[in-house]
Amino acid sequence: MKTCLVVDDSKVIRKVARHILETLQFEVREAGDGREALDSCLASAPDVILLDWNMPVMSGMDFLRALKDSGLSQKPKVVFCTTENGMAYIRAAIEAGADEYVMKPFDRETLESKLQIVGVA
Amino acid sequence: MMHARPAPPASAGAMNLIASLLEQRTGQQIAANRTWRIETALKPVLRELQLDTLDQLATRLVTDQKADIAEKVVDALLNQETSFFRDNGVLDMAVSALTAFQAENPQRRLRVWSAGCSTGQEPLSLAILAHEHDIKGGGMLPEIVATDISPAALDRARAGLYSQFEIQRGLPIRRMIDWFDGEGNEWTAKADLVRRVRFRKHNLVSDPPPPGKFDIVLCRNVLLYFSLALRRQVFETLAAALRPGGLLVLGAGETVIGQTDAFAPSDRYRGFYQRLDRNAAPQAPAEPTHRLPKATGIL
Ligand SMILES: C[S@@+](CC[C@H](N)C(=O)[O-])C[C@H]1O[C@@H](n2cnc3c(N)ncnc32)[C@H](O)[C@@H]1O
Repeated sequence: MKTCLVVDDSKVIRKVARHILETLQFEVREAGDGREALDSCLASAPDVILLDWNMPVMSGMDFLRALKDSGLSQKPKVVFCTTENGMAYIRAAIEAGADEYVMKPFDRETLESKLQIVGVA
Repeated sequence: MMHARPAPPASAGAMNLIASLLEQRTGQQIAANRTWRIETALKPVLRELQLDTLDQLATRLVTDQKADIAEKVVDALLNQETSFFRDNGVLDMAVSALTAFQAENPQRRLRVWSAGCSTGQEPLSLAILAHEHDIKGGGMLPEIVATDISPAALDRARAGLYSQFEIQRGLPIRRMIDWFDGEGNEWTAKADLVRRVRFRKHNLVSDPPPPGKFDIVLCRNVLLYFSLALRRQVFETLAAALRPGGLLVLGAGETVIGQTDAFAPSDRYRGFYQRLDRNAAPQAPAEPTHRLPKATGIL
């Protein structure tokens, strides 16, 4: 079973994502901000991270940079998942090292197709 | 005549009339257990025409000979579900075949027909792959002809307009960055991508194939609800459009087996069908061999 870490400060979004991911046979972990997410990755790296942009404590972008510098041997795939739906944000996320980008709101098929694209579903 | 009472369920007569309109125009049949689709799909048309019930709509179809009402009804009933890079492995294999064709004869420009292309995601995906794989037979990118019966779908395809929902389905983000512009709920394929595809209106049931021979024809998720007789006829049309040795690509779970002798399963490309070089093969289907169901008077 593949593991997905859902990083979002909204409990509701985490719950929706968890539900979809569980129907796709993922084991789901949650983190409410970038700092928690980094701790979780260092404890045990997930296969894929669903990452929000705007979070308190450590933003999605800061988390990406920190993850890059963390020296994790197995780098998880990162799917940015945000309401920032402009090309400038998307480019910035990809340049910072995200593998894919999902614009909110999304549905099951969309998320599944993105997870397939990064090779975890 | 209807008065201001709650709408009764549509009569079987109205349902039959609407279903047979769809079948006459497009070949698509609606199974008896799926007639609920008619009610759901036609709600916007009823609203637009300010009608309350399907019976009223049926009456309008019979009494008002304006073609555009029938066209609206047919368009609303067509299933136009599609996505970018749908069944991605299949498109990758189509591109491998193009690469192999190019190696066999580097001087020839390759030709692909996307039949039943809906809002254009399939041909645009192919155009992106052809670019990435540098398919350049005869020094040119393949000619991609994309056809559909629905004018509304073709208008959107030509404009390259997609919603946030559509743009995300199946399209890897790097390709989206390279080939699309937009934000929020409005995304547009770049002109440089759209011009690589020639969109044309075409009815698989009644029109001859586009001129010239193709190397690959994709007709995915179009013939599912055709009668067997009509499917046989369309396979002849598709065969006539392919050069001998050319490949037919159907949707997942669709097959030609037992329905035509124009094709045989390809050994090299699993799931594809190879156009056989039958002597008896009609060069071009001058006349459709199968008659559509008899018109009910409104068509
Ligand atoms: C479900 S979509 C499939 C789109 C695409 N080929 C794919 O697989 O994603 C089927 C398309 O076939 C078109 N279609 C249905 N009957 C047709 C006919 N008789 N001639 C041409 N196109 C037809 C519909 O308008 C619709 O856009």
